[in-house]
Formats: sequence, structure tokens, C-alpha cells
Amino acid sequence: MKGKGKAVTDGGKFMLRANDVSKTYGTREALVRAVDGVDLDVAHGETVAVMGPSGCGKSTLLHLLGGLDRPDAGELWIAGQRIDQMNERGLAAIRRDAVGFVFQAFHLMDELTAVENIELPALLAGRSPRAARRRAAELLDQVGLADRARHLPAELSGGQRQRVAIARALANEPLVVLADEPTGNLDSEATVEVLRVFDSLHQAGQTLVIVTHDSRVAATADRLVSMRDGTFVDETRLTGGASGRLGSLVNLDG
Amino acid sequence: MGKIVVIARLAIRDLLYRPAQAVLLLLAISAATTVLSLALALHGVTQHPYQQTATATRGPDLVVQLGGVQGPHKGVQSGIPSVVEAEAEKATHAAGVTAHSGPYPVADVAMRADGHTVLVQAEGRDQAAAAVDQPKVTAGSWVRPGGVVLEREFAEAVGATVGDRVSLDGHPYTVVGIAVTAAAPPYPNMCSVNCTIAFPPGVQGSNRVGLAWVDERDASSLAVADGGPPFYVLNLRLADPAQAEAVAGDLGVPNAFNVTTWQSIAAADGLLVQDEQQVLLPGAWLAGLLAIACVAVLAGGRMAAQGRRVGLLKAVGGTPGLVTVVLLAENLALALLAAAIGLAAGWLAAPLITSPGAALLGTAGAPSLTPTVAAIVVAVALAVALAATLAPALRSARTSTVSALAGAARPPRRRGTLIAVSRRLPVPFLLGIRLVARTPRRATLGAASVAVTTTGIVAVLTFHASVGERLGGASSGVTDPVVTRDEQMLLVLTVALLALAVLNAIITAWATLLDAGGSTALARALGATRSQLAAAIAAAQLLPAVPGAIVGVPLGVGLFAAANGGGGAATTFPPVASLIPAVLAILVAVTGLAAIPAWVGSRRPVTELLAQDAS
Ligand SMILES: Nc1ncnc2c1ncn2[C@@H]1O[C@H](COP(=O)(O)OP(=O)(O)O)[C@@H](O)[C@H]1O
Ligand SMILES: [Mg+2]
Repeated sequence: MKGKGKAVTDGGKFMLRANDVSKTYGTREALVRAVDGVDLDVAHGETVAVMGPSGCGKSTLLHLLGGLDRPDAGELWIAGQRIDQMNERGLAAIRRDAVGFVFQAFHLMDELTAVENIELPALLAGRSPRAARRRAAELLDQVGLADRARHLPAELSGGQRQRVAIARALANEPLVVLADEPTGNLDSEATVEVLRVFDSLHQAGQTLVIVTHDSRVAATADRLVSMRDGTFVDETRLTGGASGRLGSLVNLDG
Repeated sequence: MGKIVVIARLAIRDLLYRPAQAVLLLLAISAATTVLSLALALHGVTQHPYQQTATATRGPDLVVQLGGVQGPHKGVQSGIPSVVEAEAEKATHAAGVTAHSGPYPVADVAMRADGHTVLVQAEGRDQAAAAVDQPKVTAGSWVRPGGVVLEREFAEAVGATVGDRVSLDGHPYTVVGIAVTAAAPPYPNMCSVNCTIAFPPGVQGSNRVGLAWVDERDASSLAVADGGPPFYVLNLRLADPAQAEAVAGDLGVPNAFNVTTWQSIAAADGLLVQDEQQVLLPGAWLAGLLAIACVAVLAGGRMAAQGRRVGLLKAVGGTPGLVTVVLLAENLALALLAAAIGLAAGWLAAPLITSPGAALLGTAGAPSLTPTVAAIVVAVALAVALAATLAPALRSARTSTVSALAGAARPPRRRGTLIAVSRRLPVPFLLGIRLVARTPRRATLGAASVAVTTTGIVAVLTFHASVGERLGGASSGVTDPVVTRDEQMLLVLTVALLALAVLNAIITAWATLLDAGGSTALARALGATRSQLAAAIAAAQLLPAVPGAIVGVPLGVGLFAAANGGGGAATTFPPVASLIPAVLAILVAVTGLAAIPAWVGSRRPVTELLAQDAS
């Protein structure tokens, strides 16, 4: 998968690359240009925050970047591999191996325990049940929920659920993690728990794109992109202060 | 490997996570597979009992009835008339005949027992064991002067036992024994093959003739007293029983009244069981249709929840094929379980209904559940599950991941005209019509289910009306074993259909409530009362149920006519006095049952319903 054997295009220099990407919904008078000619490059290990008012196209862009949806026009690369023309099976493989998604509404399987939710992508990728379980246990530990392995989502708090969802996104060691308002459903305490996890990911060099309404989250990224009506209106490189560390603003370091 | 774990785990956990739905689904498919197992279990029984009885009684390959010619013998009676003697001589020496018994005299008499009168064909026998057709005595003893032996099924029908006093054409006799034979089909079907009584055309109902054996001299004197032409029965054994038909044509007995092959007797022996099949097989189809409707509504009701699971599976890298398999695996597993339950229930219940009747020896119950039957039941159960879930599974596997995640796999349709019309109606109907308009597929399924239920019930009513007509003529007070059996089968079937209909009504109401959850909560938030909403859900069931019930009435009568085929009773339309209450009862039940989940659901606080979008 990860780009080997493929002719490396100019998208290859970046982990993610969008070139004049557009997506519209509806027709005629009801036509909505959810994403309208967006260009975006995300480098290896970079954390990009996307902000903008509700309905400006942030989620749609994220879905396009991760192969959950296909653009109407434009080109998309993940680690040098072109994905905008891929068929559904190919996209499924991309989502499984190269991308980890974190959603605002968590989207855990209600009937599976925390550890089972986490190992789901690994099992789908054809790992042995034992290897998948070992990895899931590691990840649970990493997000601080080792003692909640056998709990159902309904038995976990919002912050815990979101940390399980992040662990699941990491199950197959994705090239990039895409998070859509990951703290949007959480109170400030749970937001801190989740930010702590993203912070450690950032430190570990994980490529991250986070859509957020929370300026505290946004201010800690390497780069902040502002969207309006489907297009990028502003781009800020955040290099000063905490050198982009997510944790510093919420005083994780004490 | 990993994928199999995922598929199995998701199926099992989801079933355990929603036990009520799993149980409902299991019940629905099990009811259908049980009826089907029973119907199929009857299939193998047809030949079985005849063989056992024939072996035990040295059953004849050909039964020849001689005589019946008004001639010089009238009134004179001692010994066998020479014409009959000569013909019997010829027949017993025909090519392929290896043994015989008879000719035995036969008298057609009226038997009075316990206050009712029945026609009986009394065959004269002596004490010596016959080489062919020696009826096997199952109670009491064999014939003696003044004593009569009754065929077992017939004895049960008239309620006669050994020691009872009866009269034959007015002469007193004692029932000395009960016996079975393979030389004639059991009561009441003897005259479908070989009886000596010539009925006037059209007197169909009275052809329920019993078989009895008396002392040879008693038979002769009864025949003489009767005044009709005397008959004689000659039983033949053939070298090659398979050639019975050919040998029968070559006997050279032009005056034979009747020549019957063992094959036609065996076929008539199976009539009792065949009749049951005529009831059960169409019933199994009805039950299967209802089960499909139940499963379809259940699956449909879970579409929104499943949509989120689908989106999630796709988001973490599940391919469309995997998603389809995950969606189907659960229902197919339940279908397999239901097939096992149906087969087990069928296997347990089969001996009750496959007993071949008192006239024949042996039981034919359990062994008739063959691997073929099991395979058919499993296939039908899987087909029921697939028919109801394949389309939604494929559809949701193809939906875009994003909209699946949003849980809006199928946005409810808006029906402008319906909604405009409903504005003038009382609140429950106004809301009810809107609920129906939201999910036309479910409304169609609801209508179809009610139609199927009504069809079954009306077919049962038609059976009673038609059979009542048939028995009306000959109300001798003697039970007809065929009708008794049919009634038992219909009871089984009615219970199964009603159970399925109840399940269906509850499931449909539940599904309506489920996806109306948001909108009814909104309606309540806007000021509709709880009882108005419960009434609206009930109205949403009632609206499609009415046309369903109306369609079911002619279908039910048609089903009876079709299942009845050429056999027996003419179709009589059930009286309006039973039809209208039955249809109304179905409608009331459907509406009333719908109110249960509606009422329970509407007790939940508005805010909880509105916020029902978590995890
Ligand atoms: N499935 C869809 N069908 C029609 N319109 C949609 C759909 N999804 C999103 N939109 C529209 O596209 C625009 C962008 O939506 P979205 O990407 O969800 O915005 P954001 O995440 O920034 O709030 C909005 O106007 C929204 O109404
Ligand atoms: Mg959004």
C-alpha cells in the first residue's frame, strides 16, 4: 500500500496533498459548494488545525482527505498515492491502512467492548487475533484506559469514549490521523484528557489534521487554516510560544 | 482469520445486545419452519403404513368383486352362484396369480350402534386363516356366528368397542373383535376405491361406509334378506405385484363388479395424511410470508441504527463486501437457529399428526424427518431471512460512508398530497397518515401481513362452512376421522398464523415508533398529547390494515378452493355473521397491539427522545 511501487508524483513530498479540490451537494438553486477549490499540503509529522463557522465545509474536506468520500473535481494524494479516482475497495484499503478517523460523535460500536472496538481495524486488516489484541492493549494503555478494556461504550464517559476512538484510529499505525471536532461533545475536563492524547501523538511525530471550534486546540497546532464558504481564507503558521505543542496551553506540563 | 473473527463477533454481540429483537426474529422464523417441518414430515408417511399393514395381514395384490348381476340366483341362497364360481375359477388360474382367498360373500347392511345408523359392508369369513388377506385382530377375537368384527378406524369413529351390542339390518350382533386389513382403505375412504354399494349420483356425503367381518353364513343370509344382487370378494396374490394393473386387465372376468390393485388401496390409505398436507402446505406458505414480513419490518426498523454501524465499519476500512456479510450474518445465524428449532418442534410434534390412523398398523412419525426435509427447512429459513434482508444489506453496503455515518441511510419521503389531505382530519389520523407517508414500504408490508393473516383465517372459516355443508346431509353423529384431523391441523395452523400476526403487529408498531421517535417527540414538544400520539401510531397501523383485510377475504376463500382442489367438499362462502366479526377482530387486534409499544414509548420524556443520538 503505502506508496511503494507507485510513480511518485509531486504529491509525494507531502503526507497529504489536495489540489484544487471541490465537492458540491444538490443541484440548481439548492446547489451547495461545500468545498470549493481547496489546495492543501500537509507535511510529515505536521499538525494542521482547520477552523471556521458551522457549515463552511470543514467536515466535507476532512472526509475527502481521508477517502470517506470522493471529490467532484481536483486531485488528492496520501503519501504520494492518488486517491480521488480510486474505487470503493481501494478506498476501503486506504481508510484501513493509511488513515485513522476520530469523529465528534465517537462512533463506537455499542455492542463491542473498548478493547474490541480498538482492535477492529487491525482484524479487518488481516492481523491475527492475538497480534490485534496485543496492539489494542498497548493503545489502551497509551490513552490511559488499561483498566476499562472490557467496558462497553455505554459504561464509559464521553472523554473515555473519545480516547477509545483515538486508540482505534491508531490501531493500524496510520500515516495520518484526521479528527473532526474531537472535543465538540466534551466538557472542559474531558477536553483536557483528549488534548493530552493528541499532544503525545504530536510529540511522537504523528501527522494530524484537526477540525475544531475550540481556539485553544487550534492555537497549539503547527499551522492554522481558516475556512469560509468552502474555501481557505486565511493560513497562519504558529511557530512561537509553545512551539506548537498542544499541551502547553492547557498546562499539561504542570 | 481476522475478518471471520470480526464478522462472528459483530453478529453475536449485536444479537446479545438486542435480545428482544433477536427473540422476535427467532420466533417469527421458527413459527414458519415448524409448520413447514410438519407439512414435510407428512410427505414420507404415505406409503409406509400400508406396507406394514400389508405384511402383517398378508395383504392382497388384487381384490376382485364378483357378482352384482340380477339373475337366476335372486332369492335362492345356498352356496355360491355358478357364474361367480366359474369366474373365480378363471381368475385364480390367470397368469401371474400365485395364491388366493375367497370368494367371500358380502352384504351391504345398515348398522345401528349407540343410536346412530351407518352403512356397513359386511364380509363373510370362516375360522380358517386365509392365505391372502387375513385381517389382523387387534382386540377381541375373530368372527363367529352372531359376532361381528369391525375395522379399527371405523370402530373408533362410531365409538364401538369389543362387547358392544349392535344391529345389522335389524338383527342383533355382538362386537367380538376389532381388526385391521390391507384389502380396503380405512374408513371413511373405502368407497373411494372398492365398495360394493352403488350410490345414486350426487349423494357424495353418504359414501362413508364402514367395513366389518361376520361369519360366512351370517353374511349370506344378510345378503339374501337385503334382496339386492349378491357380491363376492376374491383376494389374489401375484407373482409380481408391480404388474397388478396388467394382470387385472387379463383376468378374463367380464362380470367382475370391481377389480382393485394394491397400489390404489395404498394410495387411498394415504388420503388421511394427504389431507393434512393439503391443509399444512398452504399454511406453511402463509406462515413463511408472514415471517418474511416480520423479518423485513424488523430489519427495516433497524436501518437507521444499522446505517451508523455500516458507516463506522466503512470508516475503519471495511469493504462493501464485508459490510454486506456482517449485515447478513446475524440474520442468517438466526435463521439457522430457527430452522433447528422448527425441525425439533416438527420432530416432536410429527408423531401426533403422522399417526396413519387407527386402520393401519405402525407409526410413521419421527423417521420421516429425512436429511432432505432438514435441507428444505434450512433453505427456506435462510431464504426467509435473505428475502427480507438482502436488499437493505446491499443498499446500505453501497451507501456513501459519510451519509451512513450520519445515520440517514434513507431519508423519509414526503408525500405532499397525503399531508395536505390529512390536515383536515382529527389529530391521531393527521399524525397517523404522516407516519404512514414517511415509510410507504413498511405500510405496504403491514397491509400484506394483515392480508396474509386474513387469508388464513378466512380459509379456516371457509373450511368450516364447506365441511359443515357436507356433513349436514349425513348427520349420523358419527365422527369423520378426516374432518377431525383437518380440524386439528387447522387449529395448529391458526395458532401459528395468529402468533405470527401478533408478532408482526408488535414489530411493525415498534419500528414505526422507532423511526417516528424524533418526529413524535417534536410533535409532543409542539403540544400533542401522549394519548394522541399513541392513537396516531395505532392509526398508522390501522390505515394499511383495512385494505389488507379486505383483500384477504377473497384470497382466503380462493385459498380454500385451491387447496381443496378436486377433493370432497364444494366451496361454501362463510356466513357474513362469522366473516365480519373475524375481520373486525383482526383489525382491532392489529390496532390494539400497536398501541402497546406506542403507549410505552410515549411515556418516555420528550427530552430523552429528542436527545436520542449518542455514542
Ligand atoms: N450529505 C449532504 N447533502 C447535502 N448537503 C450537505 C451534505 N453534507 C454537507 N452538506 C452541506 O455542505 C456544507 C458543508 O457542510 P460540512 O462540511 O458538514 O460543514 P462543517 O463541517 O464545516 O460544519 C453545508 O452547507 C452542509 O449543509
Ligand atoms: Mg462538521
